[in-house]
Amino acid sequence: MSVPLTLLGLLEREPSHGYDLKRDYDAFFGRGKPLPFGQVYSTLSRLARDGKVVISDVAPGSGPDRKRYIITDVGATEVEQWLTQPVDPEPHLQTVLFAKVVLALMLDRPAADYLDTQRSAHLHRMRELTEIKRAGSLVDALLADHGLYHLEADLRWIEMTGARLDALRKEVRP
Amino acid sequence: MSVVLEARDVEFSFGQTPALRGASVAVEAGEILAVMGPSGSGKSTLLHCLAGILVPDSGEILFDGSRVNAMSETQRSSLRRDRFGFVFQFGQLVPELTAVENVALPLLLSGVHRKQALPKARAWFARLGLDGLEERRSGELSGGQAQRVALARGLVAEPQVLFADEPTGALDSLTGEQVMDLLVGAAREQGTTVILVTHEPRIAAYADREVMVRDGRVNAPDRIAS
Repeated sequence: MSVPLTLLGLLEREPSHGYDLKRDYDAFFGRGKPLPFGQVYSTLSRLARDGKVVISDVAPGSGPDRKRYIITDVGATEVEQWLTQPVDPEPHLQTVLFAKVVLALMLDRPAADYLDTQRSAHLHRMRELTEIKRAGSLVDALLADHGLYHLEADLRWIEMTGARLDALRKEVRP
Repeated sequence: MSVVLEARDVEFSFGQTPALRGASVAVEAGEILAVMGPSGSGKSTLLHCLAGILVPDSGEILFDGSRVNAMSETQRSSLRRDRFGFVFQFGQLVPELTAVENVALPLLLSGVHRKQALPKARAWFARLGLDGLEERRSGELSGGQAQRVALARGLVAEPQVLFADEPTGALDSLTGEQVMDLLVGAAREQGTTVILVTHEPRIAAYADREVMVRDGRVNAPDRIAS
């Protein structure tokens, strides 16, 4: 999660105070991991330094949360580019699992058992995410779905690998 | 919780082809159990043995302490009608009947009078978001609607155990998840035990626990502490 770009995106809706940005970030993107105030203000300072936001006014009163930030054209262009650019597909999702399976076969360990344990752990996590989906909001469900589909992809890989273990064993233990 | 249904060392062959080779599994009352496994692994055969549809060549099926495999066809038929409910991949609704008559079917077959059976069946339509579809025939329902009607039919007689064999297999992802949501919600409300056969992990994730069937045997992973 890119905090600077997400805050910029929130600012594109309307000029906001740091406090409001933190509140909205925590509500939609924090998912139990709230953004520290210090990080909000340091990020906004950097964005201001780089010309992506400006301070539109400073309300009288005490406390740090009196500045209202407004996104600039530079900032809005960056948000636009970020949103339209595809995220890099992750080519090495299975690195750890892959390494474990190959090593297990090389060392003549029970690779199938390892895969079974992994499957069980994946399904356990999928049950937790499904419960979040059933009990939570649509935004919670959206995030849970993302996790569920990734775990499902892993499970397909686990099934395929399980079906190929005998052939794989011959290849890594000639 | 107590075990309500159990397969002990069950073997079953289709002719010369073995489908189950010593399958054992125990299901607790009120539990939702996912039975997973690749195609041809024997998971549907296991479900059919547990439900008293097939009689094992050897081994035992125990339901509430009674040996299902020792029962006569008539006794097993009554068991399936009175204590079990079923949902299959394709709803298998009777096309000549209306949706509400399809839902009422298990009650009518159990001898409940039509005057009592139809209102009881009708009550399920609001519960499953099927309001207004009561008089439609199966050909006039979408896949998701037909499957929800089949689910209502499976649960209307308040069975002790619901057997669901790939209940979302013919549905798109979103509709499938809606059906599962309703199935799990209704089963939990009624305290119905569910045996859910599926090869889809996302569907199995609605269950409390999963077992894998491979080469006709059941592999139950160690439970992971929550």
